[in-house]
Amino acid sequence: MLSAGPLEAERLAARRGMVTLFSDVALFAREGECIVVAGPNGSGKTTLLRMLAGLTQPEDGQIRWRQRAVRPFDPQLRDAVAFNGHHPALKDELTAEENLASWVTLDDAAPAQRQVVEALDWVALGRQRRLPVRVLSQGQRRRIGLARLRLVARPLWILDEPLTALDVDGIDLLRELLERHLDAGGLCVAASHQPLPVSAARERPLTLGVAAVR
Amino acid sequence: MSTVIETRAMEAPGAEDDARRSVLAAFGWSLARDVRIALRSRAELGVQLLFYVIVVSLFPLAASPSREFLNTIGPGVLWTAALLASLLSLPRLFAADFADGTLEQIALSPRPLPALVSGKIAAHWLTTGLPVALMAPLLGVQYALEPSVLGTLMLALLIGTPILSLLGAVGAALTLGARGGGSLLALLVLPLYVPALIFGAGAVDAVRAGMSAGAHLSLLGAGLLLALVAVPFAVSSAVRIALD
Repeated sequence: MLSAGPLEAERLAARRGMVTLFSDVALFAREGECIVVAGPNGSGKTTLLRMLAGLTQPEDGQIRWRQRAVRPFDPQLRDAVAFNGHHPALKDELTAEENLASWVTLDDAAPAQRQVVEALDWVALGRQRRLPVRVLSQGQRRRIGLARLRLVARPLWILDEPLTALDVDGIDLLRELLERHLDAGGLCVAASHQPLPVSAARERPLTLGVAAVR
Repeated sequence: MSTVIETRAMEAPGAEDDARRSVLAAFGWSLARDVRIALRSRAELGVQLLFYVIVVSLFPLAASPSREFLNTIGPGVLWTAALLASLLSLPRLFAADFADGTLEQIALSPRPLPALVSGKIAAHWLTTGLPVALMAPLLGVQYALEPSVLGTLMLALLIGTPILSLLGAVGAALTLGARGGGSLLALLVLPLYVPALIFGAGAVDAVRAGMSAGAHLSLLGAGLLLALVAVPFAVSSAVRIALD
């Protein structure tokens, strides 16, 4: 695992149209810690995560990664981030195996086919690996996302509602992944309505309020 | 991003080679991926080609079947139909990737985004523009065009259709997330296609009139080079804005 620096942010503010989603949000996470963002629907959890991933420009405030201020699409941030958003970024036309191999190739280098098969076996999709993603369920699609996290070495994970559509076994897989990632010195920021499978010692809760209409 | 390339170049003598390899790898990655996806949805490709064939074939049926008249309108019709066929396939270029989250993953990857979108544009041309250019001489026979004219038509389309894909990509990226994106895209892109249309059809007309197509083709080629250099960066910026 790459040495992971702290992720810091201060005075973060987000606005969507006329609505101020949040303002003056500060956060800090060092190696092995996981920030769990909670808050009601529409409180700006996804927006905050997209800011930290470097997709969205904050209305105000600053984000620092390894003590360096980063702007959206900062190359250092792009080297570090694994972003699991609402959409699993899978192509219906390609098989599970092709989808996974394609993303891992883009992130790092072309993986050995054995690694891809192993990762799919691990998320219990070994038998479905040759099927087009079109026929897979939502939960199975999320599992391909988990397999990708397992194959790609990134210090900063940003997970938007990682529990969505996952069954009990799937949540166990996520627990195992997160434990290994945080033990190895990785960082994680996750938004979730349900409690995340992370040990309390590693968890740093962050609660966003209700959006205030300006 | 330019600052990064500079600092990397200063780090080590081999860094420039690395950067070049990274650009090529990114280009190849998205080219191979998009061509593969397009080949899996062949029906969609067939629809576009059929559209081209039908539009081109409608004019001889609707207009006067006199040989001279068809000969006059032929180059213009074949080029206009190529424009429309290109336009028809443009929404597919980024919209699906935008909707399923692929685009944000591509933009967040450490690989250079201009190279990644260039690969996508190249795949778009290979699966839409190239078949149109290759089929054009066959369809040109309906307009009683001479073999030498048909050859120039294909050559002009081979140079011109990449311009259509490139300019169209800018429009497609700019209209991402906009309501009524499809019709907006047509309004935005068709005027941009006009120079390619003028020089492309002009080249064919010149040969038909017994002159050299050299000047027209050179201008078309210059347009292609200009678009090749500028478009990947414009599209990258548009994609990043769309994701914000």
